[in-house]
Amino acid sequence: MPNNTFYNEILTEHNIRPFHKKKLENPDFTLEGVNPSCGDDIILALKVDDGIITDGAFEGDGCAISQASCDMMLDLIIGKPKEEALELADIFLRMIKSKITDEEKDRLEEAGILEDISHMPARVKCAVLGWHTMEEIFKGATEGSATTEDM
Amino acid sequence: MSIDVNAIRKDFPLINDEVAYLDNAATTQKPECVINAIADYYRTSNANPMRGLYKLSVAATDAYENARAKVASFINAKDPSEIIFTRNATESINLVAETYAKASLKQGDTILISIAEHHSNLLPWQKICAENGCKLKYIDTDDQGKITIEAFKEAVTPDVKFISITHVSNVLGTKNPVKEFAKIAHDNGAVILVDASQSVPHIKVNVSDIDCDFLVFSGHKIYAPMGIGALYGKKELLESMPPFLRGGEMIDYVTRDSATFTEVPHKFEAGTVNVEGAAGLAATIDYVNAIGMDEIAKREDMLTDIAFRKLSEVPHVKILGSSEASDHHGILTFVIEGVHPHDIAYIMDSDNVCVRAGHHCAQPLMKHLGVMSTTRASISFYNTEDEIERFVRSVAGIRSKMGYAE
Ligand SMILES: Cc1ncc(COP(=O)(O)O)c(C=O)c1O
Repeated sequence: MPNNTFYNEILTEHNIRPFHKKKLENPDFTLEGVNPSCGDDIILALKVDDGIITDGAFEGDGCAISQASCDMMLDLIIGKPKEEALELADIFLRMIKSKITDEEKDRLEEAGILEDISHMPARVKCAVLGWHTMEEIFKGATEGSATTEDM
Repeated sequence: MSIDVNAIRKDFPLINDEVAYLDNAATTQKPECVINAIADYYRTSNANPMRGLYKLSVAATDAYENARAKVASFINAKDPSEIIFTRNATESINLVAETYAKASLKQGDTILISIAEHHSNLLPWQKICAENGCKLKYIDTDDQGKITIEAFKEAVTPDVKFISITHVSNVLGTKNPVKEFAKIAHDNGAVILVDASQSVPHIKVNVSDIDCDFLVFSGHKIYAPMGIGALYGKKELLESMPPFLRGGEMIDYVTRDSATFTEVPHKFEAGTVNVEGAAGLAATIDYVNAIGMDEIAKREDMLTDIAFRKLSEVPHVKILGSSEASDHHGILTFVIEGVHPHDIAYIMDSDNVCVRAGHHCAQPLMKHLGVMSTTRASISFYNTEDEIERFVRSVAGIRSKMGYAE
Protein backbone atom coordinates (compact mmCIF):
# COMPACT_ATOMS: atom_id res chain seq x y z
CA MET A 1 0.00 0.00 0.00
CA PRO A 2 1.59 3.28 -1.06
CA ASN A 3 1.83 6.15 1.35
CA ASN A 4 2.17 9.88 1.05
CA THR A 5 5.61 10.05 2.59
CA PHE A 6 6.96 8.99 -0.77
CA TYR A 7 6.40 12.55 -1.93
CA ASN A 8 8.97 13.87 0.50
CA GLU A 9 10.50 17.32 0.58
CA ILE A 10 13.45 16.47 -1.63
CA LEU A 11 11.18 15.17 -4.34
CA THR A 12 8.60 17.93 -4.20
CA GLU A 13 11.30 20.60 -4.05
CA HIS A 14 12.97 19.27 -7.21
CA ASN A 15 9.53 19.11 -8.84
CA ILE A 16 8.23 22.58 -7.91
CA ARG A 17 11.53 24.42 -8.24
CA PRO A 18 13.65 22.36 -10.61
CA PHE A 19 17.05 24.03 -10.72
CA HIS A 20 17.95 22.72 -14.15
CA LYS A 21 14.62 23.24 -15.89
CA LYS A 22 15.46 25.95 -18.39
CA LYS A 23 16.65 26.50 -21.90
CA LEU A 24 20.32 25.74 -22.50
CA GLU A 25 22.03 28.01 -25.02
CA ASN A 26 24.08 26.26 -27.71
CA PRO A 27 23.90 22.71 -26.39
CA ASP A 28 26.07 20.02 -27.97
CA PHE A 29 23.38 17.39 -27.59
CA THR A 30 19.61 17.50 -27.27
CA LEU A 31 17.25 14.57 -27.19
CA GLU A 32 13.54 14.28 -26.49
CA GLY A 33 12.49 11.48 -24.20
CA VAL A 34 8.84 10.47 -24.09
CA ASN A 35 6.92 8.09 -21.93
CA PRO A 36 3.94 7.32 -24.17
CA SER A 37 1.93 5.49 -21.53
CA CYS A 38 1.52 8.51 -19.28
CA GLY A 39 2.58 11.46 -21.36
CA ASP A 40 5.82 12.46 -19.63
CA ASP A 41 7.87 14.37 -22.13
CA ILE A 42 11.30 15.91 -21.56
CA ILE A 43 13.92 17.47 -23.78
CA LEU A 44 17.36 16.93 -22.33
CA ALA A 45 20.17 19.25 -23.44
CA LEU A 46 23.87 18.80 -22.57
CA LYS A 47 27.09 20.66 -23.18
CA VAL A 48 30.12 18.41 -23.38
CA ASP A 49 33.66 19.70 -23.53
CA ASP A 50 36.55 17.28 -23.93
CA GLY A 51 34.46 14.41 -22.59
CA ILE A 52 33.28 16.38 -19.55
CA ILE A 53 29.62 17.36 -19.12
CA THR A 54 30.04 21.07 -18.48
CA ASP A 55 26.37 22.04 -18.36
CA GLY A 56 22.91 20.56 -18.76
CA ALA A 57 19.25 21.47 -18.61
CA PHE A 58 15.82 20.06 -19.44
CA GLU A 59 12.49 21.32 -20.62
CA GLY A 60 9.13 19.60 -20.92
CA ASP A 61 6.24 18.34 -18.94
CA GLY A 62 5.48 15.36 -16.77
CA CYS A 63 4.71 13.94 -13.36
CA ALA A 64 6.68 14.90 -10.24
CA ILE A 65 8.74 11.74 -10.37
CA SER A 66 9.89 12.25 -13.96
CA GLN A 67 10.71 15.89 -13.38
CA ALA A 68 12.46 15.51 -10.04
CA SER A 69 14.41 12.48 -11.22
CA CYS A 70 15.76 14.37 -14.23
CA ASP A 71 16.65 17.40 -12.09
CA MET A 72 18.51 15.26 -9.56
CA MET A 73 20.33 13.49 -12.37
CA LEU A 74 21.59 16.80 -13.74
CA ASP A 75 22.74 17.83 -10.24
CA LEU A 76 24.78 14.68 -10.20
CA ILE A 77 26.29 14.53 -13.68
CA ILE A 78 27.21 18.14 -14.40
CA GLY A 79 30.99 18.47 -14.02
CA LYS A 80 31.59 14.76 -14.48
CA PRO A 81 33.09 12.85 -17.43
CA LYS A 82 30.50 11.19 -19.61
CA GLU A 83 31.83 7.71 -18.73
CA GLU A 84 31.08 8.38 -15.08
CA ALA A 85 27.62 9.71 -15.98
CA LEU A 86 26.90 6.47 -17.83
CA GLU A 87 28.15 4.48 -14.86
CA LEU A 88 25.78 6.40 -12.59
CA ALA A 89 22.93 5.79 -15.04
CA ASP A 90 23.70 2.10 -14.90
CA ILE A 91 23.59 2.16 -11.10
CA PHE A 92 20.34 4.14 -11.12
CA LEU A 93 18.64 1.78 -13.57
CA ARG A 94 19.81 -1.23 -11.58
CA MET A 95 18.51 0.39 -8.39
CA ILE A 96 15.06 0.77 -9.96
CA LYS A 97 15.03 -2.72 -11.44
CA SER A 98 16.48 -4.71 -8.58
CA LYS A 99 19.14 -4.02 -5.95
CA ILE A 100 22.37 -2.13 -5.52
CA THR A 101 24.98 -1.95 -2.76
CA ASP A 102 25.03 0.80 -0.14
CA GLU A 103 28.19 2.29 -1.65
CA GLU A 104 26.53 2.42 -5.04
CA LYS A 105 23.49 4.10 -3.51
CA ASP A 106 25.73 6.71 -1.86
CA ARG A 107 27.13 7.60 -5.26
CA LEU A 108 23.62 8.51 -6.45
CA GLU A 109 23.30 11.13 -3.68
CA GLU A 110 19.72 12.54 -3.61
CA ALA A 111 18.63 10.38 -6.53
CA GLY A 112 18.87 7.43 -4.13
CA ILE A 113 15.52 8.48 -2.62
CA LEU A 114 13.83 7.03 -5.71
CA GLU A 115 14.82 3.50 -4.66
CA ASP A 116 11.26 2.68 -3.54
CA ILE A 117 9.98 3.22 -7.07
CA SER A 118 10.99 -0.38 -7.72
CA HIS A 119 7.83 -1.37 -5.81
CA MET A 120 5.63 0.75 -8.07
CA PRO A 121 5.76 -0.73 -11.55
CA ALA A 122 3.48 1.96 -12.96
CA ARG A 123 5.95 4.70 -12.03
CA VAL A 124 9.21 3.07 -13.07
CA LYS A 125 9.07 4.56 -16.55
CA CYS A 126 8.66 8.03 -15.07
CA ALA A 127 11.71 7.67 -12.84
CA VAL A 128 14.04 6.37 -15.53
CA LEU A 129 13.02 8.72 -18.34
CA GLY A 130 15.77 11.33 -17.84
CA TRP A 131 18.44 8.72 -17.25
CA HIS A 132 17.41 6.67 -20.22
CA THR A 133 17.45 9.77 -22.42
CA MET A 134 20.96 10.65 -21.21
CA GLU A 135 22.16 7.13 -22.04
CA GLU A 136 20.66 7.41 -25.50
CA ILE A 137 22.50 10.66 -26.07
CA PHE A 138 25.86 9.10 -25.32
CA LYS A 139 25.10 5.85 -27.09
CA GLY A 140 25.06 7.63 -30.40
CA ALA A 141 21.71 9.27 -30.98
CA THR A 142 22.04 13.01 -31.30
CA GLU A 143 18.66 13.64 -32.75
CA GLY A 144 15.16 12.25 -32.63
CA SER A 145 13.53 10.91 -29.56
CA ALA A 146 14.02 8.22 -26.99
CA THR A 147 11.18 6.31 -25.46
CA THR A 148 10.96 4.18 -22.39
CA GLU A 149 8.73 1.63 -24.15
CA ASP A 150 11.46 -0.97 -24.06
CA MET A 151 11.82 -0.83 -20.29
CA MET B 1 -39.34 3.73 -4.74
CA SER B 2 -35.97 5.31 -4.15
CA ILE B 3 -32.73 3.37 -3.85
CA ASP B 4 -31.69 1.88 -0.50
CA VAL B 5 -27.99 2.43 -0.96
CA ASN B 6 -26.91 0.46 2.11
CA ALA B 7 -28.70 -2.61 0.84
CA ILE B 8 -27.35 -2.09 -2.68
CA ARG B 9 -23.76 -1.84 -1.45
CA LYS B 10 -24.07 -5.24 0.21
CA ASP B 11 -24.74 -6.72 -3.24
CA PHE B 12 -21.21 -5.84 -4.38
CA PRO B 13 -18.37 -7.79 -2.73
CA LEU B 14 -15.74 -5.21 -3.70
CA ILE B 15 -17.70 -2.18 -2.56
CA ASN B 16 -17.01 -1.31 1.06
CA ASP B 17 -16.58 1.67 3.36
CA GLU B 18 -12.79 1.64 3.17
CA VAL B 19 -12.10 2.17 -0.50
CA ALA B 20 -14.11 4.66 -2.54
CA TYR B 21 -14.33 3.19 -6.02
CA LEU B 22 -14.76 6.12 -8.41
CA ASP B 23 -13.48 4.62 -11.65
CA ASN B 24 -16.81 3.30 -12.85
CA ALA B 25 -16.43 4.65 -16.38
CA ALA B 26 -13.45 2.30 -16.80
CA THR B 27 -15.30 -0.70 -15.44
CA THR B 28 -17.91 -1.27 -12.77
CA GLN B 29 -17.86 -3.68 -9.83
CA LYS B 30 -20.02 -6.80 -10.10
CA PRO B 31 -22.98 -7.74 -7.89
CA GLU B 32 -23.25 -11.22 -6.33
CA CYS B 33 -26.19 -12.09 -8.59
CA VAL B 34 -24.00 -11.63 -11.67
CA ILE B 35 -21.14 -13.60 -10.17
CA ASN B 36 -23.59 -16.34 -9.23
CA ALA B 37 -25.18 -16.39 -12.67
CA ILE B 38 -21.80 -17.22 -14.18
CA ALA B 39 -21.16 -20.00 -11.66
CA ASP B 40 -24.71 -21.31 -12.05
CA TYR B 41 -24.32 -21.56 -15.78
CA TYR B 42 -21.33 -23.86 -15.32
CA ARG B 43 -23.03 -25.76 -12.51
CA THR B 44 -26.29 -26.41 -14.31
CA SER B 45 -26.22 -25.77 -18.05
CA ASN B 46 -22.76 -25.99 -19.57
CA ALA B 47 -22.32 -27.57 -22.98
CA ASN B 48 -21.33 -26.26 -26.37
CA PRO B 49 -24.43 -24.40 -27.49
CA MET B 50 -25.88 -24.94 -30.99
CA ARG B 51 -23.84 -28.02 -31.75
CA GLY B 52 -25.48 -30.73 -29.70
CA LEU B 53 -28.86 -32.33 -29.95
CA TYR B 54 -28.94 -33.36 -26.31
CA LYS B 55 -30.61 -31.66 -23.36
CA LEU B 56 -27.58 -29.98 -21.84
CA SER B 57 -26.63 -28.36 -25.12
CA VAL B 58 -30.18 -27.13 -25.45
CA ALA B 59 -29.93 -25.63 -21.95
CA ALA B 60 -26.74 -23.80 -22.92
CA THR B 61 -28.35 -22.53 -26.12
CA ASP B 62 -31.35 -21.36 -24.12
CA ALA B 63 -29.15 -19.47 -21.65
CA TYR B 64 -27.44 -17.71 -24.52
CA GLU B 65 -30.56 -16.90 -26.53
CA ASN B 66 -32.44 -15.83 -23.44
CA ALA B 67 -29.66 -13.29 -22.81
CA ARG B 68 -29.98 -12.03 -26.38
CA ALA B 69 -33.70 -11.50 -25.94
CA LYS B 70 -33.07 -9.66 -22.65
CA VAL B 71 -30.59 -7.29 -24.29
CA ALA B 72 -33.01 -6.69 -27.16
CA SER B 73 -35.83 -5.71 -24.83
CA PHE B 74 -33.48 -3.74 -22.54
CA ILE B 75 -32.56 -1.36 -25.36
CA ASN B 76 -35.93 -1.76 -27.09
CA ALA B 77 -34.76 -3.41 -30.30
CA LYS B 78 -37.54 -4.78 -32.48
CA ASP B 79 -36.18 -8.31 -32.57
CA PRO B 80 -33.54 -10.38 -30.69
CA SER B 81 -31.86 -11.15 -34.02
CA GLU B 82 -30.80 -7.50 -34.15
CA ILE B 83 -28.43 -8.15 -31.23
CA ILE B 84 -25.00 -9.61 -31.94
CA PHE B 85 -22.81 -10.63 -29.05
CA THR B 86 -19.19 -9.51 -29.20
CA ARG B 87 -16.36 -9.21 -26.67
CA ASN B 88 -16.88 -5.50 -26.01
CA ALA B 89 -17.73 -2.14 -27.59
CA THR B 90 -14.38 -2.09 -29.35
CA GLU B 91 -15.07 -5.37 -31.13
CA SER B 92 -18.60 -4.22 -32.00
CA ILE B 93 -17.25 -1.11 -33.71
CA ASN B 94 -14.56 -3.07 -35.51
CA LEU B 95 -17.22 -5.49 -36.73
CA VAL B 96 -19.22 -2.68 -38.35
CA ALA B 97 -16.08 -1.07 -39.77
CA GLU B 98 -14.75 -4.29 -41.29
CA THR B 99 -18.07 -5.45 -42.71
CA TYR B 100 -20.57 -2.70 -43.42
CA ALA B 101 -18.14 0.18 -43.91
CA LYS B 102 -15.46 -1.81 -45.70
CA ALA B 103 -17.99 -3.18 -48.20
CA SER B 104 -20.00 -0.04 -48.84
CA LEU B 105 -17.80 3.05 -48.54
CA LYS B 106 -16.01 4.27 -51.63
CA GLN B 107 -13.28 6.66 -52.60
CA GLY B 108 -14.41 10.22 -51.97
CA ASP B 109 -16.90 9.26 -49.24
CA THR B 110 -16.47 10.83 -45.81
CA ILE B 111 -16.71 9.22 -42.38
CA LEU B 112 -17.70 11.72 -39.69
CA ILE B 113 -16.75 11.28 -36.04
CA SER B 114 -16.44 13.70 -33.13
CA ILE B 115 -13.23 14.91 -31.55
CA ALA B 116 -14.43 13.39 -28.28
CA GLU B 117 -14.33 9.78 -29.45
CA HIS B 118 -12.61 7.03 -27.51
CA HIS B 119 -9.72 5.52 -29.51
CA SER B 120 -12.01 2.50 -30.04
CA ASN B 121 -14.27 4.70 -32.11
CA LEU B 122 -11.42 6.30 -34.00
CA LEU B 123 -8.79 3.74 -34.98
CA PRO B 124 -11.17 1.41 -36.90
CA TRP B 125 -12.28 4.40 -39.00
CA GLN B 126 -8.73 5.55 -39.65
CA LYS B 127 -8.07 2.10 -41.05
CA ILE B 128 -11.16 2.04 -43.31
CA CYS B 129 -10.32 5.51 -44.58
CA ALA B 130 -6.81 4.42 -45.48
CA GLU B 131 -8.02 1.23 -47.18
CA ASN B 132 -11.07 2.56 -48.99
CA GLY B 133 -9.77 6.02 -49.86
CA CYS B 134 -12.31 7.80 -47.67
CA LYS B 135 -11.85 11.00 -45.73
CA LEU B 136 -12.08 11.13 -41.92
CA LYS B 137 -13.74 14.31 -40.73
CA TYR B 138 -13.96 15.50 -37.13
CA ILE B 139 -16.63 17.60 -35.53
CA ASP B 140 -15.30 19.65 -32.61
CA THR B 141 -16.91 20.17 -29.23
CA ASP B 142 -17.60 23.76 -28.19
CA ASP B 143 -16.22 25.46 -25.07
CA GLN B 144 -18.90 23.73 -22.98
CA GLY B 145 -17.86 20.33 -24.33
CA LYS B 146 -20.99 20.10 -26.47
CA ILE B 147 -21.87 19.48 -30.08
CA THR B 148 -24.94 21.49 -30.99
CA ILE B 149 -27.55 20.28 -33.45
CA GLU B 150 -26.70 23.22 -35.71
CA ALA B 151 -22.98 22.39 -35.70
CA PHE B 152 -23.78 18.75 -36.42
CA LYS B 153 -26.09 19.67 -39.29
CA GLU B 154 -23.39 21.81 -40.81
CA ALA B 155 -20.84 18.99 -40.57
CA VAL B 156 -23.11 16.49 -42.35
CA THR B 157 -22.26 17.50 -45.89
CA PRO B 158 -23.45 15.41 -48.88
CA ASP B 159 -20.15 13.45 -48.98
CA VAL B 160 -20.71 12.16 -45.42
CA LYS B 161 -21.86 8.56 -45.80
CA PHE B 162 -21.12 7.18 -42.34
CA ILE B 163 -21.25 8.75 -38.90
CA SER B 164 -19.93 7.22 -35.70
CA ILE B 165 -20.48 9.19 -32.55
CA THR B 166 -20.52 8.71 -28.82
CA HIS B 167 -23.73 9.00 -26.82
CA VAL B 168 -22.08 10.11 -23.55
CA SER B 169 -18.42 11.19 -23.63
CA ASN B 170 -16.11 9.15 -21.41
CA VAL B 171 -14.04 12.29 -20.72
CA LEU B 172 -16.48 15.18 -20.49
CA GLY B 173 -19.67 13.32 -19.57
CA THR B 174 -21.62 15.38 -22.09
CA LYS B 175 -24.57 13.68 -23.76
CA ASN B 176 -25.09 14.11 -27.49
CA PRO B 177 -28.65 14.51 -28.80
CA VAL B 178 -28.28 11.32 -30.83
CA LYS B 179 -31.95 11.09 -31.79
CA GLU B 180 -31.72 14.45 -33.55
CA PHE B 181 -28.33 13.47 -34.99
CA ALA B 182 -29.81 10.25 -36.42
CA LYS B 183 -32.59 12.19 -38.15
CA ILE B 184 -30.08 14.59 -39.71
CA ALA B 185 -27.92 11.65 -40.79
CA HIS B 186 -30.83 9.86 -42.44
CA ASP B 187 -32.12 13.01 -44.14
CA ASN B 188 -28.68 13.17 -45.75
CA GLY B 189 -28.58 9.50 -46.67
CA ALA B 190 -25.90 8.63 -44.11
CA VAL B 191 -25.75 5.66 -41.76
CA ILE B 192 -25.12 6.35 -38.05
CA LEU B 193 -23.51 4.28 -35.29
CA VAL B 194 -23.92 5.32 -31.65
CA ASP B 195 -21.21 4.38 -29.13
CA ALA B 196 -23.36 3.86 -26.04
CA SER B 197 -20.56 2.50 -23.81
CA GLN B 198 -21.06 5.32 -21.30
CA SER B 199 -24.82 5.75 -21.63
CA VAL B 200 -26.27 2.23 -21.40
CA PRO B 201 -25.03 1.78 -17.80
CA HIS B 202 -26.55 5.05 -16.62
CA ILE B 203 -29.66 6.05 -18.54
CA LYS B 204 -32.49 4.29 -20.36
CA VAL B 205 -31.35 3.81 -23.95
CA ASN B 206 -34.01 3.11 -26.57
CA VAL B 207 -32.70 2.24 -30.04
CA SER B 208 -36.15 2.39 -31.64
CA ASP B 209 -36.66 5.90 -30.36
CA ILE B 210 -33.14 7.07 -31.31
CA ASP B 211 -33.57 5.34 -34.67
CA CYS B 212 -29.80 4.80 -35.04
CA ASP B 213 -28.57 2.17 -37.50
CA PHE B 214 -26.03 0.63 -35.13
CA LEU B 215 -25.40 0.94 -31.39
CA VAL B 216 -22.63 -0.64 -29.32
CA PHE B 217 -21.82 -1.17 -25.66
CA SER B 218 -19.66 -3.28 -23.32
CA GLY B 219 -21.11 -5.50 -20.60
CA HIS B 220 -18.33 -4.80 -18.11
CA LYS B 221 -19.29 -1.13 -17.77
CA ILE B 222 -22.81 -2.12 -16.70
CA TYR B 223 -21.99 -4.57 -13.87
CA ALA B 224 -21.67 -7.59 -16.21
CA PRO B 225 -18.50 -9.64 -16.72
CA MET B 226 -15.63 -8.61 -18.96
CA GLY B 227 -15.52 -10.25 -22.37
CA ILE B 228 -19.17 -9.78 -23.37
CA GLY B 229 -20.44 -6.83 -25.37
CA ALA B 230 -23.21 -6.14 -27.82
CA LEU B 231 -23.82 -4.72 -31.23
CA TYR B 232 -27.32 -3.64 -32.17
CA GLY B 233 -27.96 -3.28 -35.90
CA LYS B 234 -31.10 -2.74 -37.94
CA LYS B 235 -32.08 -6.08 -39.43
CA GLU B 236 -31.97 -4.95 -43.10
CA LEU B 237 -28.43 -3.66 -42.63
CA LEU B 238 -27.20 -6.72 -40.80
CA GLU B 239 -28.64 -8.95 -43.50
CA SER B 240 -26.87 -7.04 -46.24
CA MET B 241 -23.47 -7.16 -44.53
CA PRO B 242 -20.73 -9.71 -45.22
CA PRO B 243 -19.59 -11.82 -42.25
CA PHE B 244 -16.86 -10.57 -39.89
CA LEU B 245 -14.95 -13.65 -38.68
CA ARG B 246 -15.25 -17.01 -40.39
CA GLY B 247 -15.46 -20.47 -38.89
CA GLY B 248 -17.87 -22.73 -37.10
CA GLU B 249 -21.46 -21.90 -36.17
CA MET B 250 -21.86 -19.29 -38.88
CA ILE B 251 -22.49 -21.38 -41.97
CA ASP B 252 -25.39 -23.30 -43.50
CA TYR B 253 -23.44 -25.38 -45.92
CA VAL B 254 -19.75 -25.73 -46.74
CA THR B 255 -18.15 -27.28 -49.81
CA ARG B 256 -14.46 -27.58 -50.66
CA ASP B 257 -14.38 -24.09 -52.14
CA SER B 258 -17.27 -22.15 -50.75
CA ALA B 259 -19.77 -21.71 -47.98
CA THR B 260 -23.20 -20.27 -47.54
CA PHE B 261 -23.60 -18.25 -44.40
CA THR B 262 -26.34 -18.70 -41.91
CA GLU B 263 -28.83 -16.00 -41.00
CA VAL B 264 -28.26 -13.07 -38.61
CA PRO B 265 -27.25 -12.85 -35.82
CA HIS B 266 -25.29 -16.16 -36.02
CA LYS B 267 -23.60 -15.05 -39.23
CA PHE B 268 -21.56 -12.65 -37.07
CA GLU B 269 -20.83 -15.00 -34.19
CA ALA B 270 -18.23 -17.38 -35.56
CA GLY B 271 -16.79 -20.01 -33.25
CA THR B 272 -17.87 -21.07 -29.78
CA VAL B 273 -19.50 -18.13 -28.07
CA ASN B 274 -19.23 -16.65 -24.56
CA VAL B 275 -22.28 -18.16 -22.85
CA GLU B 276 -21.11 -17.43 -19.30
CA GLY B 277 -20.67 -13.77 -20.27
CA ALA B 278 -24.11 -13.65 -21.83
CA ALA B 279 -25.60 -15.28 -18.72
CA GLY B 280 -23.85 -12.65 -16.59
CA LEU B 281 -25.16 -9.87 -18.81
CA ALA B 282 -28.69 -11.25 -18.55
CA ALA B 283 -28.38 -11.25 -14.74
CA THR B 284 -27.14 -7.64 -14.84
CA ILE B 285 -30.15 -6.56 -16.86
CA ASP B 286 -32.53 -8.22 -14.38
CA TYR B 287 -30.63 -6.52 -11.57
CA VAL B 288 -30.73 -2.96 -12.94
CA ASN B 289 -34.30 -3.39 -14.14
CA ALA B 290 -35.35 -4.39 -10.61
CA ILE B 291 -33.82 -1.16 -9.32
CA GLY B 292 -35.03 0.83 -12.30
CA MET B 293 -32.86 2.70 -14.81
CA ASP B 294 -34.72 5.91 -14.00
CA GLU B 295 -33.90 5.54 -10.29
CA ILE B 296 -30.28 4.80 -11.16
CA ALA B 297 -30.05 7.90 -13.35
CA LYS B 298 -31.72 10.03 -10.67
CA ARG B 299 -29.32 8.94 -7.96
CA GLU B 300 -26.25 9.31 -10.17
CA ASP B 301 -27.34 12.81 -11.18
CA MET B 302 -27.78 13.72 -7.51
CA LEU B 303 -24.27 12.46 -6.63
CA THR B 304 -22.78 14.15 -9.69
CA ASP B 305 -24.36 17.43 -8.66
CA ILE B 306 -22.84 17.24 -5.16
CA ALA B 307 -19.43 16.23 -6.48
CA PHE B 308 -19.46 18.96 -9.11
CA ARG B 309 -20.37 21.71 -6.64
CA LYS B 310 -17.84 20.66 -4.01
CA LEU B 311 -15.02 20.06 -6.47
CA SER B 312 -15.64 23.46 -8.08
CA GLU B 313 -14.98 25.10 -4.73
CA VAL B 314 -11.50 23.60 -4.33
CA PRO B 315 -8.85 26.21 -5.21
CA HIS B 316 -6.59 25.49 -8.22
CA VAL B 317 -8.96 22.83 -9.54
CA LYS B 318 -10.49 23.08 -12.99
CA ILE B 319 -13.26 20.76 -14.19
CA LEU B 320 -13.21 20.16 -17.95
CA GLY B 321 -16.31 20.49 -20.11
CA SER B 322 -19.64 21.99 -19.20
CA SER B 323 -20.08 24.41 -16.30
CA GLU B 324 -23.44 22.77 -15.53
CA ALA B 325 -23.38 19.72 -13.26
CA SER B 326 -26.38 18.26 -15.09
CA ASP B 327 -24.30 17.92 -18.29
CA HIS B 328 -21.77 15.59 -16.66
CA HIS B 329 -23.67 12.28 -16.26
CA GLY B 330 -21.47 10.90 -13.52
CA ILE B 331 -18.17 11.92 -15.13
CA LEU B 332 -15.90 14.62 -13.70
CA THR B 333 -12.57 15.11 -15.43
CA PHE B 334 -10.32 17.71 -13.85
CA VAL B 335 -6.84 19.17 -13.58
CA ILE B 336 -5.08 20.59 -10.52
CA GLU B 337 -2.75 23.46 -11.28
CA GLY B 338 0.89 22.42 -10.83
CA VAL B 339 0.23 18.74 -10.15
CA HIS B 340 0.51 16.00 -12.75
CA PRO B 341 -2.46 13.58 -12.92
CA HIS B 342 -0.28 10.55 -12.19
CA ASP B 343 0.82 12.12 -8.95
CA ILE B 344 -2.82 12.99 -8.19
CA ALA B 345 -4.07 9.44 -8.74
CA TYR B 346 -1.20 8.05 -6.73
CA ILE B 347 -1.82 10.30 -3.73
CA MET B 348 -5.56 9.65 -3.95
CA ASP B 349 -4.85 5.92 -3.86
CA SER B 350 -3.08 6.41 -0.55
CA ASP B 351 -6.31 8.09 0.63
CA ASN B 352 -8.18 4.98 -0.63
CA VAL B 353 -9.93 6.80 -3.44
CA CYS B 354 -9.76 5.09 -6.86
CA VAL B 355 -9.72 7.48 -9.82
CA ARG B 356 -8.29 7.35 -13.31
CA ALA B 357 -5.34 9.40 -14.58
CA GLY B 358 -4.08 9.74 -18.12
CA HIS B 359 -5.40 10.53 -21.57
CA HIS B 360 -8.47 8.26 -21.16
CA CYS B 361 -7.89 6.78 -24.61
CA ALA B 362 -8.91 10.08 -26.17
CA GLN B 363 -5.69 11.76 -27.25
CA PRO B 364 -7.20 13.94 -30.02
CA LEU B 365 -9.67 15.34 -27.46
CA MET B 366 -6.89 16.04 -24.95
CA LYS B 367 -5.08 17.99 -27.65
CA HIS B 368 -8.28 19.87 -28.53
CA LEU B 369 -8.74 20.78 -24.86
CA GLY B 370 -5.10 21.82 -24.57
CA VAL B 371 -4.15 19.37 -21.80
CA MET B 372 -1.64 16.53 -21.79
CA SER B 373 -3.55 14.33 -19.41
CA THR B 374 -6.19 14.65 -16.72
CA THR B 375 -7.73 12.92 -13.74
CA ARG B 376 -11.24 11.46 -13.91
CA ALA B 377 -13.69 10.47 -11.20
CA SER B 378 -16.74 8.55 -12.40
CA ILE B 379 -19.80 7.73 -10.35
CA SER B 380 -22.15 4.79 -10.03
CA PHE B 381 -25.40 4.59 -8.07
CA TYR B 382 -23.64 2.45 -5.44
CA ASN B 383 -21.40 5.39 -4.47
CA THR B 384 -22.35 7.48 -1.46
CA GLU B 385 -22.29 11.12 -0.45
CA ASP B 386 -19.65 10.18 2.09
CA GLU B 387 -17.44 8.80 -0.67
CA ILE B 388 -17.89 12.02 -2.63
CA GLU B 389 -16.84 13.97 0.49
CA ARG B 390 -13.73 11.84 0.85
CA PHE B 391 -12.91 12.27 -2.80
CA VAL B 392 -13.17 16.05 -2.59
CA ARG B 393 -11.19 16.17 0.67
CA SER B 394 -8.45 14.08 -0.90
CA VAL B 395 -8.29 16.40 -3.93
CA ALA B 396 -8.18 19.43 -1.63
CA GLY B 397 -5.16 18.03 0.22
CA ILE B 398 -3.03 17.27 -2.80
CA ARG B 399 -1.28 20.57 -3.45
CA SER B 400 0.04 20.81 0.09
CA LYS B 401 1.30 17.23 -0.11
CA MET B 402 3.14 18.22 -3.26
CA GLY B 403 4.95 21.00 -1.43
CA TYR B 404 2.84 24.02 -2.35
CA ALA B 405 2.30 26.61 0.37
CA GLU B 406 -1.49 26.67 -0.01
C1 LIG C 1 -17.03 5.93 -24.95
C2 LIG C 1 -16.28 4.63 -24.96
N1 LIG C 1 -16.22 3.91 -26.09
C3 LIG C 1 -15.58 2.73 -26.14
C4 LIG C 1 -14.94 2.21 -25.04
C5 LIG C 1 -14.21 0.90 -25.18
O1 LIG C 1 -14.76 -0.06 -24.38
P1 LIG C 1 -14.12 -1.51 -24.32
O2 LIG C 1 -12.69 -1.34 -23.92
O3 LIG C 1 -14.92 -2.24 -23.31
O4 LIG C 1 -14.26 -2.10 -25.70
C6 LIG C 1 -14.97 2.92 -23.84
C7 LIG C 1 -14.27 2.38 -22.64
O5 LIG C 1 -13.48 3.00 -21.99
C8 LIG C 1 -15.65 4.15 -23.80
O6 LIG C 1 -15.70 4.88 -22.66
